[in-house]
Amino acid sequence: MAKVTQLIHKYLRHSKRFPHVFCPGCGHGIVLGSLVRSIHYMGLAKDDVVLVAGIGCSGRIPVYVDFNTIHTTHGRALTFATGIKLANPRLKVIVIMGDGDALSIGGNHLIHAARRNIGVTALVLNNHIYGMTGGQSSCTTPTGSFSTTSPFGQLEDEFDISRVTKVCGASFVARTTVMQAAAMDSMISEAVMHPGFGMVEILSPCHTQYGRKNNFKTCVDMYKWLQKSSTPMEKYRELPPEKQEKAIATGIFEKKDCTGLEEKYARMRKSLRGEN
Amino acid sequence: MASKRGESRVKVFRDWCKGCGICAAFCPGKVLSVDKQGNVRVDHEDECINCGFCEIHCPDFAIMVYPREERPPFEANIEDVAPATREELHKTRNSNSK
Repeated sequence: MAKVTQLIHKYLRHSKRFPHVFCPGCGHGIVLGSLVRSIHYMGLAKDDVVLVAGIGCSGRIPVYVDFNTIHTTHGRALTFATGIKLANPRLKVIVIMGDGDALSIGGNHLIHAARRNIGVTALVLNNHIYGMTGGQSSCTTPTGSFSTTSPFGQLEDEFDISRVTKVCGASFVARTTVMQAAAMDSMISEAVMHPGFGMVEILSPCHTQYGRKNNFKTCVDMYKWLQKSSTPMEKYRELPPEKQEKAIATGIFEKKDCTGLEEKYARMRKSLRGEN
Repeated sequence: MASKRGESRVKVFRDWCKGCGICAAFCPGKVLSVDKQGNVRVDHEDECINCGFCEIHCPDFAIMVYPREERPPFEANIEDVAPATREELHKTRNSNSK
């Protein structure tokens, strides 16, 4: 275990101001560490990795790491990533989005990236709220929980990000929380190595905006809640329905063999040129 | 991953620590504590079992756990850390979920 921290320090851009911009106890920092570790374990060179980010708290993550990084417009991170992957299929493209970025403004792009099965990896950091803009309720805010724009409880039902992408045809879908950092490492590396569209939903608590309105006094309370409610998929299926409502299923939901769009494109190009 | 008590040292980088308290709250050996000013202190270093929770769950990369006999390895090369194989990754994942 000893060399994990120095390893991460080797990948950071030390010209940027540290400690980073996230609130004390924000899970986004854990995701950043996990991403660096999994890329290192896969043995990828820094030049072969592209991090694409949209707008939001999660959009700050690529700023701090020394890969090829691009900070794009709101919700359109996946479209930039599609272009990068098709232009240069050798690169490993990882898209980091928040829940608002991925599903509210960029929901259309998410479902179509999943349908196309383009070989990029999307990390959706779900914190149940629009954290950066002041804690308005987003499309993933759970029913009945409180936010700035739902002071009497959220009326609408929330999106299940994993289910949406699975139904749309993504070849790898998984969900994990920041409390299971080791599991997150292996899920991210599996998603990056899997051909086709990979989506990892990471539950990362926002105690500054979501926690304080929903009876979590400190960030530690939110982490304890995550630890208590996250259940592996096999156990989750056996739970009675009233307990399933409170539990969060984690694990790999979908893993199917498929050919990525960039591979199909390369094949078609070869056949049209008569190179076969 | 885990080793016997008293075989490891814990180092907290004060400049990077924001005092969120995740490390102190979840430490199985109660090695770390947070005082009222929000500073993390290493209280019972001998109780550390090198589980690595604090190191991989610190959002600010401000904790390092290293073997007692070694000097603090601030300047390690990336090449020193061998890339783990798939099987090893799965092992850590399974041990984590228990």
